Amino acid sequence: MANPRGSDVCNGSLHNHKEQRDNLKTENCTKNGIVQEIQQNEESQCHYKPLVESFEEAPLHVMVFTYMGYGVGTLFGYFRDFLRSSGIEKCNAAVEREEQKNFVPLYQNFENFYTRNLYMRIRDNWNRPICSAPGAQFDVLERVSDDYNWTFRFTGRVIKDVINMGSYNFLGLASEYDESMRTVKEVLEEYGTGVASTRQEMGTLDKHKELEDLVAKFLNVEAAMVFGMGFATNSMNIPALVGKGCLILSDELNHASLVLGARLSGATIRVFKHNNMQNLEKLLRDAIVYGQPRIRRAWRKILILVEGIYSMEGSIVNLPQIVALKKKYKAYLYMDEAHSIGAVGPTGRGVVEFFGMDPRDVDVLMGTFTKSFGSSGGYIAGRKDLVDYLRVHSHSAVYATSMSPPVAEQIIRSMKFIMGLDGTTQGLQRVQQLAKNTRYFRQRLNKMGFIIYGNEESPVVPLLLYMPAKVAAFARHLLNRKIAVVVVGFPATPLAEARTRFCVSAAHTQEMLDKVLEALDEMGELLQLKYSRKKNSACPELYDETNFELND
Amino acid sequence: MDFRHVKNYLSWLYYQYQIISCCAVLEPWEQSMFNTILLTIFAMVVYTAYVFIPIHVRLAWEFFSKICGYHSTISS
Repeated sequence: MANPRGSDVCNGSLHNHKEQRDNLKTENCTKNGIVQEIQQNEESQCHYKPLVESFEEAPLHVMVFTYMGYGVGTLFGYFRDFLRSSGIEKCNAAVEREEQKNFVPLYQNFENFYTRNLYMRIRDNWNRPICSAPGAQFDVLERVSDDYNWTFRFTGRVIKDVINMGSYNFLGLASEYDESMRTVKEVLEEYGTGVASTRQEMGTLDKHKELEDLVAKFLNVEAAMVFGMGFATNSMNIPALVGKGCLILSDELNHASLVLGARLSGATIRVFKHNNMQNLEKLLRDAIVYGQPRIRRAWRKILILVEGIYSMEGSIVNLPQIVALKKKYKAYLYMDEAHSIGAVGPTGRGVVEFFGMDPRDVDVLMGTFTKSFGSSGGYIAGRKDLVDYLRVHSHSAVYATSMSPPVAEQIIRSMKFIMGLDGTTQGLQRVQQLAKNTRYFRQRLNKMGFIIYGNEESPVVPLLLYMPAKVAAFARHLLNRKIAVVVVGFPATPLAEARTRFCVSAAHTQEMLDKVLEALDEMGELLQLKYSRKKNSACPELYDETNFELND
Repeated sequence: MDFRHVKNYLSWLYYQYQIISCCAVLEPWEQSMFNTILLTIFAMVVYTAYVFIPIHVRLAWEFFSKICGYHSTISS
């Protein structure tokens, strides 16, 4: 729960910040040589580049067949459940003991219906064990199942040099040991592996201080704090920032860590439609006009939770408009850049740089080191008083073990590599190579006629498959051709929109991408996946402004 | 030669049917059961069409010709 005094401090300090900003309004802030104009409230005149995002709808017959396929699966599910419960067939799922049959049921049979009857049949496409570093190519353990995926056994063979299109390895830094990781080895020799304490007791090392200063410099903010785990960064710090009597406006497609953090905080949560600024503005206006639900007092704080790149859709947040809204209605903005830090922007500094905006506009910048830095952990960055407050009040700082020193050193070395502080320009070249690979991959997939979601600059590429049997066939066929992909179905996505998600990496060479594209072309022909009806034109979808509800 | 093309095309078509109707993820005995039921229903539909559609068409023709014939007797 948030400390009430702490929230007043936060609120008061933001007021001071705003006064300083108003004094600075007449000067131009230059950052990286780009002159920025501070826009206050005219969202229609923002200096953003047009977002080319497409979420094309599938033809009608595809949806009909998808639901039909699920219907057949459900019918057979009922049939098999009947066979299992009447004892004709052996039940492999968990059941209660004979002596407890008349007690309150322990296993809710119907909730697991989908898992037992549909997921089990195609379960071999998930949780595949690998046995090498997740670079551009890796080794996969071969496994077979004798009883239709209820149990697996390993044959002992290893499938070598499988092209990796599933790992979050945007800049190719998650690879085996090479000479540039020498400092990690030295830190391992000097500090060992475990810290054996939490941050507030005896777990703050000089490595953490060095890392936090480096993160603050990388993001061009005042201060930063790092945590051991990315998921825990969100779920443990949102409760420290907001509490009861505050309002959280969170995007419809936010990650589970943000949702968990919001629920743990005890604040009121309202959801706005994905990336829909009119909906967000309507919710903000309603919140300010009507206040808290029954007592009608003003909300103590309004926090907007968004992500930089949404991992299932590949869409990029509409940051200029959100910042304009937040300034107009005096709300706070928390942005989770897990997938976008290191991956978008001209020098890899995330969505804030992608739009050319000032990082001081976003109140809380959060990110993880798992995706682009080849390590693990998360950070929260922003103004110094915010970070100092979190050092004292965050649950993660009090209870969770701090980051391990070799892991911290890997992040330090990756960040220096990207920023160019190690003396070479290889980091910048990798960021540019990632952008080039992304554009090439997306353009070729669009030309082939697949339905791709998301922004054309996002390295996360979801390709829609729709039918459950195609999902299974797709993953299996591609593994036979030594390409590993991640397929996603219900419940991570809506029921009828199963997809496969590619993560383009800077470590993919042109030959690897061509090999993957060729295999996808053949898969598209074999499984009839090319549903797109706008084959060769990349026309940007205009935003639907017809439900603009402001009436003043 | 042509026979092989036709066989490839038919097996591709059967694979598409399996993929779309979720048969590809069912166990073999479930697939046979599903195919049998579907073929039975299809056969029943064909048989019913063969037996009853001519009779229905003839009755409809008589009904409409009687109405037109009634009109023509009124008008004359």
